[in-house]
Amino acid sequence: MTRIRFHQELDELKHRILAMAGMAEQAIDLAVQAFTQRDPVICQRVMANESAINRAEREVDEFAIDLLAMQQPMAIDLRFILAVIKINADLERVGDQAVNIVQRVVHMIELPASDLPVDIPAMATRVRAMVRDALRSFIEGDTELAKHVLEADDEVDRINREAFADLSDAMQRNPEAAIQALGVLSIARNLERVADHATNIAEDVIFWVRGADVRHGAQQIVGS
Amino acid sequence: MTTAVEVRDLKAWFGKTEALHGINISVEAKHATAIIGPSGCGKSTFIRCLNRMHETNPEAKAEGTVQVAGADIYRMDAVEVRRRVGMVFQKPNPFPTMTIYDNVAAGLKLNGTRNRKTLDEVVERSLQQAALWDEVKDVLKKKSGASLSGGQQQRLCIARALAVRPEVLLMDEPASALDPISTAKIEDLIFDLKKKLTIVIVTHNMQQASRVAEFTGFFLMGDLIEFNKTEKIFTNPSDERTEDYITGRFG
Repeated sequence: MTRIRFHQELDELKHRILAMAGMAEQAIDLAVQAFTQRDPVICQRVMANESAINRAEREVDEFAIDLLAMQQPMAIDLRFILAVIKINADLERVGDQAVNIVQRVVHMIELPASDLPVDIPAMATRVRAMVRDALRSFIEGDTELAKHVLEADDEVDRINREAFADLSDAMQRNPEAAIQALGVLSIARNLERVADHATNIAEDVIFWVRGADVRHGAQQIVGS
Repeated sequence: MTTAVEVRDLKAWFGKTEALHGINISVEAKHATAIIGPSGCGKSTFIRCLNRMHETNPEAKAEGTVQVAGADIYRMDAVEVRRRVGMVFQKPNPFPTMTIYDNVAAGLKLNGTRNRKTLDEVVERSLQQAALWDEVKDVLKKKSGASLSGGQQQRLCIARALAVRPEVLLMDEPASALDPISTAKIEDLIFDLKKKLTIVIVTHNMQQASRVAEFTGFFLMGDLIEFNKTEKIFTNPSDERTEDYITGRFG
């Protein structure tokens, strides 16, 4: 009773979620580029791409639900499909965060550039590395790499807290830059949320491969 | 938690072929335990050892201990063993010439019960427990067991097994020959029956195992590879061979 067709369909599901992951990753890369280059054309591109990510999310969900209903998967196959459904939602949210960022950028580039004490490109580099590593851990089923992603999230959280404190100070010292500061704060916050989605993806990879639920700092073996 | 059946170092042979290589398992009382595994893995042989049906094959023998409620069944009279440990087979096998009533009463009559009132009570109780009473109460002594549908015949066989008040009920693929509605009735029945007795069910249908059983054992080539709570076996098995089997990567 080897289930060759079913396992081919699982491979197909993986290809589809990876195609969507590529779109989400590109959206966040472009959003950061739009911010650093103050480029309204890139902003428009990110916004235009959102509907493709949303469409891909629906298609992946439908395919995964069909497999659950038609194939009654078990054990690692069941965990894989559940992980894909959750990763799918996280990737769609990454696309939303990218749109949130460029919406801010569109407003900010209408104002004069302001020198604010937050290094958004450095934060973005960390966040993009987390997304890339989370997706690589998914492609390779690498739980050690997934654990690194979880650890990296603490650093991004710290940067975000510092950004909040530094920008609050900057706004008090220079109220004219408050609008720009709020924009940067919003971007930092959106990047921090992207890091949270990368963390969720890494947790889902650990769930899929090891059957362990590590959410919220727990370490629970599924089914025990 | 109470153990209903304790199996230690159970080996079974057909001629010179060793079909079970030393099985150890504790079956929880008043729960359902599913036995799964590919064809020829020894799962049917295993449950047939639990009520000494295995030894009815002239070339078969078994070694090791099987205790039911602490009593070694290999030191007991075989008829008494089969009263305490009932069995339902893949293909319903009612006595074809007997009425529905006589099918259910057969085991009791064999044990010497002749009192009409007692027999009436036991037949009604057993058919109710087997969720068949409402469908047959008006034709109990008019229709033969063979006149019923396949699903009804299987529930009749369950009623027949229940009539002698077994402590354990063994079910060897009891729904594999039935349509989905009849299968669902048998599964609902298992759910109700395990409140009162212990069920060991062999099934090829893993969804069925996951629906009805609290515990599942995976057999492969005469060995018990893994035995655990059903949700653990089907979501996160410990042994790679179990995972490969239940995900359809071999078998």
